[in-house]
This record gives sequence, structure tokens and C-alpha cells, in this order.
Amino acid sequence: MNQLDTKFGEFGGMYVPELLIPALDQLEKEFLDAKEDPSFNKEFLSLLKDYAGRPTPMTLTRNLVSNPKVKLYLKREDLLHGGAHKTNQVLGQALLTKRMGKKEVIAETGAGQHGVATALACALLGLKARIYMGAKDVERQAPNVFRMKLMGAEVIPVNAGSGTLKDAVNEAMRDWSANYDTAHYLLGTAAGPHPFPTIVREYHRMMGEETRAQIMEKEGRLPDAVVACVGGGSNAIGMFADFIDEPSVRLVGVEPAGKGVHTKDHGATIVTGTKGILHGAYTFIMQDNEGQIEESYSVSAGLDYPAVGPQHAYLHDIGRAEYVAATDEEALNAFKLLARKEGIIPALEPSHALAHALNMADEAEEETIIVVNLSGRGDKDLEHVIRVLGDDI
Amino acid sequence: MDRYADMFSRLNEKNQGAFVPFVMVGDPDLAQSEAIICQLVESGADALELGIPYSDPIADGPTIQAASIRALSHKIKVADCMALISRVRDKYPEVPIGLLLYSNLVMAQGIGNFYKKAQDAGVDSILVADVPIREAAPFQQASQDTGVSQILIAPPNATDETMEKIGEYSTGYTYLLGRAGVTGAETAANVPASDLIERLNKHNAAPALLGFGISTPEQVKSAIDAGAAGAISGSATVNIIAANLDNSEKMLSELDSFVSSMKAATIKG
Repeated sequence: MNQLDTKFGEFGGMYVPELLIPALDQLEKEFLDAKEDPSFNKEFLSLLKDYAGRPTPMTLTRNLVSNPKVKLYLKREDLLHGGAHKTNQVLGQALLTKRMGKKEVIAETGAGQHGVATALACALLGLKARIYMGAKDVERQAPNVFRMKLMGAEVIPVNAGSGTLKDAVNEAMRDWSANYDTAHYLLGTAAGPHPFPTIVREYHRMMGEETRAQIMEKEGRLPDAVVACVGGGSNAIGMFADFIDEPSVRLVGVEPAGKGVHTKDHGATIVTGTKGILHGAYTFIMQDNEGQIEESYSVSAGLDYPAVGPQHAYLHDIGRAEYVAATDEEALNAFKLLARKEGIIPALEPSHALAHALNMADEAEEETIIVVNLSGRGDKDLEHVIRVLGDDI
Repeated sequence: MDRYADMFSRLNEKNQGAFVPFVMVGDPDLAQSEAIICQLVESGADALELGIPYSDPIADGPTIQAASIRALSHKIKVADCMALISRVRDKYPEVPIGLLLYSNLVMAQGIGNFYKKAQDAGVDSILVADVPIREAAPFQQASQDTGVSQILIAPPNATDETMEKIGEYSTGYTYLLGRAGVTGAETAANVPASDLIERLNKHNAAPALLGFGISTPEQVKSAIDAGAAGAISGSATVNIIAANLDNSEKMLSELDSFVSSMKAATIKG
């Protein structure tokens, strides 16, 4: 039996082979025990502060927004060690791995950001990492593959299926089915079977908590809206968690509309998706009428995932959070604009959130404070952006 | 009609265990698949375990994944699979037919609707690889409504709580996992698995068929000697299909000798 709720309304659950249930139960138990263990929390907090660089700053944009009624803040996860918010929860799960007495870590990665975060945490904590990555992504993301290897991780290209993130997740789960006694599956987003969506949220929730403290200090009140991009949804759920019980704060998740939600080339699962089961959870997924999973698409590899974390599905269902989509083109425009106006090069993922926040800012008629979770920096995307836009910008 | 119970009692009288091959419906295409499935029965299969091809089979190793991909390359639909099964059912009225598939294929049609279609096609049991007992309630409801048995999996690491539930809810047969991991002939099952079989018997679970990593007659024999009601062999069967894609005559004759030798190993004494 589970000690925590395994579902968010009808979403989530543990749709995995019976074989994996004991490993998921063990993980839930260790997560709960660790929560009550001061030495675990002390080590986690110390790693976040002294190794990763928390708290991250919150920056008021100076030139980006023309509407004088609007203040747009950026939560600067791009400044975190590793270059993205991913490092937070990876450190937490790596500590859990050690706590369970396991010495190996299995992970999946799409763009390579979760792989890099896993590799750095494993290097630091003396764990052996093997990271599954779609063969196509290995080619597309060569610098991140090199980073992972440099930090001692083994990178395993996955040729099965479509050779992208979903296939890397499949392969990681297959590996875990055989090796759960010795290895922890360090899942990289707030999706997958229980307890992953809950653990990933809890190990990312400091983003929202810091935001609350920082905005109270600067503005003396809560923001009107918090905006974050949603692929699997880890940066968004970490940002939203502390505000869910504050009805005055609009929670806005921005999905990748790719070449347009009316085309087949997008990853906007909540905006367009149908309900189904992928990677252990009942949620919104991209599928055909038969239930075969369809490929997602986005200019941003980190949002290119055909499912979404089950808590987002639930927040959408009960109307607590709004989910919208931004196209490749809108994201690329926001990417360029932030660089030009503020001297910050964002990752393509949060560029989607920024694109929508800028629309909100244009339309605002009252005094409005918006916080965008700038979940990662854009260095990893430069080569890709040059390919898409050319170097004439 | 309970085809599994009838089969087990027939086999008991003859002092035999069951040999159950698995293949993917539609692999390598629908016409050949039908010929393959009929060959399995003609060569001595006591029951059939049939997969419905799926894009993301997390419990399957490379062999069965490839079978899914071959079948899906012909845009095969669930309705095509059911139609094929229905023809096999007409031809072999007594052979138990089990489906092995993934939850999203069931959800996409609606659970109740899917079970109804399976029942209409003459399916005797459904095993949903990514639905553990904890999530099984709506599937069990559909199973009760239609009389299609819900097959439960007993993994080697099963807790007592899981074993108890299997005892309480299992119908048709119990799928006993020969080892951890995913399907595949590359890693052999830890037969004879007598401990697990004893635990299942203690909880009065439905008869155990041992699967995962079963590819030789010796493994079948030792599984049955240890008390299993029979053995399931998937990847070893599918490997024969994969190795003979360009020669269907040779494929069928190799399947014939494989199934005959596996079946021969079920004869006790």
C-alpha cells in the first residue's frame, strides 16, 4: 500500500509492470523517511547553497516590457550550476540513491540537460551513472554528450522506436526492471509513475518558495501571475507548488506549439491532447485513435515530450492553472528579444514562457506583476538557433 | 465455457503440462501471422498467447519490440487483430487464447468496450503488461462483466501482500515471471522457481505458467517438474519468425520443430 496519494484526481497512478512496484514503494518510503531526517535535509540544503548556487536571483527586466503598468520579473534558474533548474531535484534524488544504499543511477535525457545534471551529481557523490539518450538526440546534442562523458557518465544511444526522448525513457525503465536492486532510476521530470511526480515537485519547490520571498521583499505583495514552460513540467510544477493555494496568483503553463497546434508538429499535450497512459501515468498524451503514441515536436528539445506531468493535467482539469501554447517562431522571437533588451540569453524552453508573458504584458490594463521562470540558459541552444535562424540576426 | 480450466484438466488426465507460445499478431504481416498462429496450434501448442502491437512496449526486450515494429509498419489496427483472432477461434474452438498488451491500447477504446470486443473475438484472457494489481480494479470489473479472465503477474520479488491479492483475484492462469527484467531469450529464466510456485499454491492462485527467458525444452521440463502448470515462450518463438522473414516455408517448418520439441518436454514422468 502507498502512504501518499498516488493520483492527482484521476491523473497519475502507477501503470508499470508488477515487477517495478516494490522499487517504487521503496522509493516512496525513503523519500518520506528522508523528509523527516534532519541530516538529509541539511546535506541537501548545503549542496543547493554551496555547490549549486541557491538561492538564485530574481531580476526585474528593465527594457523588455513597454507597457508601464507591467513589471516583469525573471526567476534566474539559468544561473544555477549546470545551467538549468534540473540540478535541484537531481541532487535530491542522488542523495536518496545513496540513502537506499544503491551505487548506480539510470537516467534518460532528451536534450541532454537532465543527463548533464545527473552526471554532475553522480560525479560529486560518487555514483555510477548510465544515461539513455535517443540516437537522434546523441547526434543533435553532441556538446552535452561530451559534457556527460567528461563527468564520467556512460551515455547509451537508443536506436529503438523513434530514437528520441520517449524511447530513452522506455529503455531506462527496461534497464530498471532488471536492476532495481542495485540501481536507482533518476527520472528527470515531474512525470512517470508515482512517486516520481511528487518527489520531483518537492525537490523543485524551492523555486516557488524563493520567488514568494523575493517578490514580497521587492514588492510587498504576491505576483499576479507566474508563468513557466511545460514539457514534462518539472520547472513549472516547482514554480507553481508554493502558489497553488493562493487563488490571486494566476498559474500559467506554456506548452510548445511547434509549427502550430493545428499541425502534427507540436508538443502541446494539454492544449490539444487526449487522455491516456504513457510511462506509468494516466495523463494527457499525444496518440492516434488506436492508442499508439505519436511523436511530439518542438524547436526546443527539452519540451519535446508526448506526455505531461499528471499534476499539470489535474491543475488544468480543476481550472487552477491555465495552459496555453507558444510556437517555435514566438519562442525564437522572445529568445532574441531577451538577449537584445536585457543581455540575457535564455534557453529555448523558457523562451516559450517568456513569449506568452510578453503577450500578457501587452494586454494588461491594470498594474500587473508577472514572474517568468527562466528555467535555463541558452548556451546549449546556440548551435541549434544558428541552424534555424542563420547567423544573420 | 472456461477453456483454461478445460485445458488444465485435459492435460492433467494425460499427465502433461501446457506449452504456450507467444507471437505478435500481425508479425510480420497479417496473412503470414495467421498462418504462423495456426501452425503453432497444429504443432502442439496447448494455448496461445498473442500480443497486440504497441509503439512503446516497456516490458519487452529487443525481440518483441522488433515484432511490434514489423506489425505496425503495416498500419495494423486493433480491429484487424481481433478479426484475425476471431478466425483462429472458429478454426480451433477449444484452444485457450490470451491477449498480452499494454494499457493505452485498452484505454483508447474504453476498457469495457475493449473487453467486449475481445470477448466477441473469442479471447479467453487479457494480460495488461503495465497494469499492476494496484491499478487493476477497472480492468477486473470489465473482466467480470465479460467473463474474459484477467491474468495477473507474479514477479520473483512479489511481496506477501501481492501474493495474497493474486490468490484472491487470479482467474484463468497466473503468469509467473521466471526472472526480473524484460522479455527476451538472451537472459535465461531462473527455473525451477519452486519457491514462487509454492507460495502461489499456498494462496490458491490460478495455475502458474512460467514465462520470461524460456527458450529450451530443458527449461520447460524443469518448470513443470517444479510444479508449474506449464511454460510460455515468446522471444524464442519470435526469433524464429525474425530469422526467416524471407522464407515463410522455412519459418513454418522451424516453428513446427520448435513447438513440437517444447511440447514434448511437457510430458511428465
